[in-house]
Amino acid sequence: MGLAVALAMILSFVESQVPALVAIPGVKMGLANIAVVFVLYKLGWKEAAMISLIRVFLVTLLFGNLGLIWYSAAGAVLSLAGMMLLKKTGLFSEIAVSVAGGVLHNMGQILVASLLLETDLLRYYLPILIVSGVVTGFVIGLLAGILVKRIRVEG
Amino acid sequence: MKEAPKKKRLWLDLALILALLILAGVLYFSFGVPKEAGADVVVIVDGVEAARYPLTKNGTHVLNGGTNTLVIENGYAWMSEAECPDQICVHMGRIHLDGQLIVCLPNGVIVTIEGGDDGGVDIFG
Repeated sequence: MGLAVALAMILSFVESQVPALVAIPGVKMGLANIAVVFVLYKLGWKEAAMISLIRVFLVTLLFGNLGLIWYSAAGAVLSLAGMMLLKKTGLFSEIAVSVAGGVLHNMGQILVASLLLETDLLRYYLPILIVSGVVTGFVIGLLAGILVKRIRVEG
Repeated sequence: MKEAPKKKRLWLDLALILALLILAGVLYFSFGVPKEAGADVVVIVDGVEAARYPLTKNGTHVLNGGTNTLVIENGYAWMSEAECPDQICVHMGRIHLDGQLIVCLPNGVIVTIEGGDDGGVDIFG
């Protein structure tokens, strides 16, 4: 459990050191979600929620911008809720669960941004953020799926 | 927990991904793609229009009490400086088409282009 938090933190740090590939707010790889998806499958949703929230908090403190914590938090909560629901249906694999997580994470951020900035202009970003959520979610889901299969967790 | 067979789950994964991509495409075209040159550079701070400059007038403007610097030159507008660590708005490049955006989330600043020569096309209509 602590290990998973540490992993999520390391992945977040790695990501914060890689320059943004595209100059669009909200487009990033979401590497840390590997840890969250992994824990969701191996330990359960409560643990995944804890990892996710601890990560948001610590990452904001360590490498982030305090003003952006609401964006991260909204993204994390929405993404987690979506992933839990999809997983619960039993109809999808890690890939779709992670894709939903990625897309919802971006939706959460747009939503908070629109509320905080009191504007509806940000809706123009929805399409590109959906696509980027799908792409990154796919990659993360693939990786997390491999980990889920290969690593045994006790307890 | 009961789970669908692996193969079926992968097909459903694919279906979900396709559905999302189609949704993105529909949204993209329903919002309208910026393609006409705009007239005004509009600065919105925390949801309120804070300033409006003609795109034709060259100049450098300090926004939001100094958090961002906007440059307008030769019919293009861009953010030349920002106080935030990520510098995303600076990297967003130059805009000049009606409906294009530059967003600086940490500072709550949005710069957008509005209106054509006829006094403003209603892009929301």
